[in-house]
Amino acid sequence: MTESRTTTAAPGAPAGENPPLLEVSGVTKSFGGGRRRLTALDGVDVRLGRGETLGLVGESGCGKSTLARVLLGLERPDAGTVRYDGVDPFALRGKELLNWRRRVQMVFQDPFASLNARMSAADLISEPWRTHPDVVPDAKAREKRIRELLSLVGLRDGDAHRYPNEFSGGQRQRIGIARALALDPDLIVCDEPVSALDLSVQAQVLNVLSELQSRLGVAYVFISHDLSVVRYIADRVTVMYLGKVIEHGETEDVFDRPQHPYTAALMSAAPVLDASRAAHDQEIQLKGEIPSPFDIPSGCRFRTRCWRAQDTCATEAPPLVVRPSEGAGDDHTALCHFPLEARSAWA
Amino acid sequence: MTTTSATDPALDVEGLCVDLSTASGTVRAVDGVSFSVRRGRTLALLGESGCGKSMTALSVVGLLDPAAEVTGGAVRVRGEDTLRLSAAERRKLAGPVLSIVFQDALTALNPVQPVGRQIGEPFRIHRGLSRREAREKAIELMTRVGIPEPRQRAKSYPHQFSGGMRQRLLIAMAVALDPDVLIADEPTTALDVTVQAQIMRLLRDLQDERDMAVVLITHDLAVVAQRADDVAVMYAGTVVEQGTVREVFSAPRHPYTRGLLDSVPEDAERGQPLPAVPGSPPELSAVPSGCVFQARCPLVRERCVSERPVLRATGDARSAACHFSEELARD
Repeated sequence: MTESRTTTAAPGAPAGENPPLLEVSGVTKSFGGGRRRLTALDGVDVRLGRGETLGLVGESGCGKSTLARVLLGLERPDAGTVRYDGVDPFALRGKELLNWRRRVQMVFQDPFASLNARMSAADLISEPWRTHPDVVPDAKAREKRIRELLSLVGLRDGDAHRYPNEFSGGQRQRIGIARALALDPDLIVCDEPVSALDLSVQAQVLNVLSELQSRLGVAYVFISHDLSVVRYIADRVTVMYLGKVIEHGETEDVFDRPQHPYTAALMSAAPVLDASRAAHDQEIQLKGEIPSPFDIPSGCRFRTRCWRAQDTCATEAPPLVVRPSEGAGDDHTALCHFPLEARSAWA
Repeated sequence: MTTTSATDPALDVEGLCVDLSTASGTVRAVDGVSFSVRRGRTLALLGESGCGKSMTALSVVGLLDPAAEVTGGAVRVRGEDTLRLSAAERRKLAGPVLSIVFQDALTALNPVQPVGRQIGEPFRIHRGLSRREAREKAIELMTRVGIPEPRQRAKSYPHQFSGGMRQRLLIAMAVALDPDVLIADEPTTALDVTVQAQIMRLLRDLQDERDMAVVLITHDLAVVAQRADDVAVMYAGTVVEQGTVREVFSAPRHPYTRGLLDSVPEDAERGQPLPAVPGSPPELSAVPSGCVFQARCPLVRERCVSERPVLRATGDARSAACHFSEELARD
């Protein structure tokens, strides 16, 4: 990040002249047609620099997994653009597409379902090289690289020839991470990478992820429903609700001064360990549950559950509210007619 | 049945042992677990997967898998040891005395029966109400747990409800006969955060209203902090620490409890490594003979390998199973 930066009204204003690692703007994706048309993403903007972590937060059905699939090039958006270093992956073909795929990898949620039980750790880690032999062309170098990757994620040389059933959940997730690293990606999309793990093991895997970032400079899109994990790992947070980004900003800004009532409610709903902190925040209880994505409310899509909603919220789409970051970095944006002023407004 | 006074525990579990038959032999899944809970109080059984917390809950309500067997201990409600009762006698307790809410409401509900009939069933079985009376009771309960348009919705099937609504239905069924003790086995784990908060609030309101004792089975420290009065921390089939949540969480006396609390990223500084507990819990077939936590413990020494520590008092109404809990007290 450069020190002096120009402030523009666009969410995620550019911090330098070079295009960011990832820039997604106005991405829309629908499935089905007619009355069974489901809009999973509706004009989503995301921006991420090299070596940074973006936390993606939202409840089921908010579109975060569809967005992950778009970022991985697995789902072509209906509208909007996706750019990696200024390049549109959906315009690539053949060899160029193959080379691009190498740069974006994924770590899955369930380390029990995502590893082939008949392959050893070494097989699993080296499998990506079958598709991308150029990354490590030499067989000897491959042996060495497998050992390096194992040690990077905190496993031992001897683990190379063991099979998934001989590993615990945390160790399997380490194999999943090593496998994602095998192609030297610029970006790893982590979809709930620690939520299937026990708490004492969760911390180990989070430590592996942050250490890898500082050593290798890999960027993460970190999808999680666990706010305390996101707060710990992410530089920036994007909150989604029913296919729209409803709030975005630097982690501190979003957590300490949420603007959107939904973000505030999410934070208030998540139980916290520190009883003194819980006592300060009055619990916000939202009405009802997330509406069906087949039947998205008019105006502001959150209004059916919002305690601040007024007539305008049903008739007009909410405006983008832009507040400069309290620190350095991205502007703090929200889509709301009646954004929360400061923490005191709801605490 | 004898009646109990207000200060007697509604549920008293003592020295519970459960053995589990696996392909590679019999393993001990629950090893001498004791706890008790009074009406109006909430006890959390806290632990990670495989620690025996769910097995303990299922033993208490008599719903253990046939591969598991209770091999020792006592489970007392209303002054009787339910482990000594016949199956028919135990069934009489299921509902009016003990009941359970499961994590996965979709598998816990009958998919081919309208929900109104399922919720009314306890009234037909235990109170001999007519079909029509039971339906009215079911609609009353559905109203109470916050199902909109309960009269129409009583005719719907479980798959026609959202996850949160299904959990409400399950809770309605569990509290139908006003049990003394409600066991909630990870009741909100499968739900979104905002819905989780609603379900937790509902459980608390029902507990206050009906003066129930609640046993909350969870792996979530924050849920325990917010919801429970007392906590029993389980590891590898044993209780390693117990006491009031306030005392145990503010000054843990077992290194495992302390490790768990430290692993929560809530107050962690970004960029600073989290203090993780190394390794992972032992397989049930390979629980060491000394202290169950020895392989991961920062305080481990010879005595921990040779001698299993027993729960001993570390203060008023709290205890820990560690030879060296005083060292934690000093930090």
